[in-house]
Amino acid sequence: MNIIVCAKVIPASSVTIEIDAATKRMVRKGVPHELDPAAACALEEGLRLMEKNGGTVTVVTMGIGDATIGIRNALAMGATSAMHILDDAVAGSDTLGTAKVLAAAIRKESFDLVLCAAESSDSYAGIVPGQLARLLGLPPLTFAKEIAVEGKKITVKRQGESGYDVVEAELPALVTVTSGINEPRYPQLKGIMAAKKKEIKNYTAAALGLGPDQVGASGAREKVLGVGRPPARQAGKIVTDEGDGGKQIADFLAEMKII
Amino acid sequence: MADLIWVYAEVVEDKITPTTLELLSKAAELGTAEAVLLGPVPDDAVQTLANHGAGKVYCSSDPVFRDYLTIPAVETLAALIKKHQPALMLFASSYAGRDVACALSALLDLGVITDVGDFTLKDGSVEATIPALGGSYQNTSTLAVAGTKILLVRAKSFEAKPCSQSASVEEVTPPSDPAVRKVHVTERVTVRREGPQLEGANVVVAGGRGLKSSEHFDMLRQLAELLGGAVGATRAVVDAGWVPYSLQVGQTGKTVKPNLYIACGISGAVQHLAGMKSSKTIIAVNKDPEAPIFQFSDLGVVGDVFKVVPQLIEELKKRRGA
Ligand SMILES: Cc1cc2nc3c(=O)[nH]c(=O)nc-3n(C[C@H](O)[C@H](O)[C@H](O)COP(=O)(O)OP(=O)(O)OC[C@H]3O[C@@H](n4cnc5c(N)ncnc54)[C@H](O)[C@@H]3O)c2cc1C
Ligand SMILES: Nc1ncnc2c1ncn2[C@@H]1O[C@H](COP(=O)(O)O)[C@@H](O)[C@H]1O
Repeated sequence: MNIIVCAKVIPASSVTIEIDAATKRMVRKGVPHELDPAAACALEEGLRLMEKNGGTVTVVTMGIGDATIGIRNALAMGATSAMHILDDAVAGSDTLGTAKVLAAAIRKESFDLVLCAAESSDSYAGIVPGQLARLLGLPPLTFAKEIAVEGKKITVKRQGESGYDVVEAELPALVTVTSGINEPRYPQLKGIMAAKKKEIKNYTAAALGLGPDQVGASGAREKVLGVGRPPARQAGKIVTDEGDGGKQIADFLAEMKII
Repeated sequence: MADLIWVYAEVVEDKITPTTLELLSKAAELGTAEAVLLGPVPDDAVQTLANHGAGKVYCSSDPVFRDYLTIPAVETLAALIKKHQPALMLFASSYAGRDVACALSALLDLGVITDVGDFTLKDGSVEATIPALGGSYQNTSTLAVAGTKILLVRAKSFEAKPCSQSASVEEVTPPSDPAVRKVHVTERVTVRREGPQLEGANVVVAGGRGLKSSEHFDMLRQLAELLGGAVGATRAVVDAGWVPYSLQVGQTGKTVKPNLYIACGISGAVQHLAGMKSSKTIIAVNKDPEAPIFQFSDLGVVGDVFKVVPQLIEELKKRRGA
């Protein structure tokens, strides 16, 4: 079973994300990066399926040079190889542009399953996978909290508003996983050493047959007009509990006419 | 002529979802509002849509929309959009809404703006406000495409306003191509929730990892009951299995906007704030004076939840008795 995992590499969680006023994008250059923890869950699921059914796990990332650290981490966790779309021409792509890039890269491989995180930890858009599935003509099975594969059939438990649905499709398919699906493994020393020898294929947009009318800022359907700070909420009163904290809340509720 | 604005209507547990009605009300305010309703529907659904501004409802109660996810709805919508060219196609940021909107945006090559908190429509061009990074930033975006603009809008962004109107109904034919039957729902499991519903609750008492274990949520249930509210939780707590997923508040959980939100042992991660920040009054109890939640609180109590909350419960009982 050959599995593709789309993994974003994002500014590390310790970094306070800033937005560049001029480009109106997240500042990505020059800040430490890490494999998106949400994508790590998708990768973990892929690795487990590979361990059970054989085959390969290929990680696909569209990102700047700093993303290499996250890709190495994915390889150290056990991915077989990686594709990195590394090209200034794709900077500023919107979700659809990103999905087009990922689709073109994935078409270069033969695969049975594409795994994504339901949403990334930096943008939470949760849009790219659904677009990607459509572009690749794959059935989308989204918000999986459990995955089972039997022959050509894939079954997932799909998170929903009031419980979950059991959903099935034929492979090849695209599945997005929720972050609670598993606890991703940490890379071991052996994995880290092995990762150094694994292949990372680099692609440009042009090599994938995509021009500026499709990708990058020029190809983006969605244009960011501005970024700003919303009106700050005034922090209220802060008190330290000296044995009467509960009473103080009750007084406050009475004052606000809530009780 | 007024702009034509479509809303993708959703039904959950036999009811048109509140967000559908919020979107319709907004659509009716800005232009000619119409709804698309696909799948077996409750009897009063069309009337409910009309009562919130829909002048027309495109509908099909074919079971294919219930039994096969996303693709049948996307094909049907794409054909309808090509024919009628609405200026705007609005979806709720829900599970189904997101799936359908994403696929549609790719199929029609139109792009999509997600997580929209507010928007304007002028001369066919849309300007959307998106609270970003858990609300610490606010972006404005537009869709630079000719044709229908697709937006995914957050729950509770607008008020659902009942009005009395009648809607015409147009039956739509479901796609006959068997290839749309790809994502098959074989079972639906409803996880019964206890207590009042989180969405729509006037008071939410939410717990985080600071509560230490599942049993201690009893304390919050008691407090919620005294205040006539519902219990919520952070994802950390849900992931730990202390309470069911349906109680999760935040970016990947529910968006709530109660009159009163009491956050107990919650740090205030951006992803959590995204789901509760617009609550009218926020009270936080946390033993760490540096916890980010305090920056969003009207009243913050730096203290131990196991002391403060029981005292509050006693105090409420006492005052109620008095
Ligand atoms: C893609 C993604 C999506 C996410 N979506 C969501 C979401 O929808 N909702 C959500 O909530 N989270 C979400 N998260 C997780 C989020 O980042 C945080 O990890 C989570 O909200 C933290 O939960 P918490 O506040 O319970 O735990 P912690 O951050 O561990 O905070 C516990 C707090 O309890 C306090 N405390 C401990 N003991 C006591 C005591 N005895 N008395 C008083 N205070 C005490 C501590 O000081 C601390 O501030 C998401 C994360 C990712 C990556
Ligand atoms: N630049 C990218 N490179 C690889 N995968 C991506 C990229 N952007 C989005 N994805 C995939 O789509 C998921 C959701 O991302 P998003 O739509 O940004 O929330 C991610 O977890 C990845 O699986």
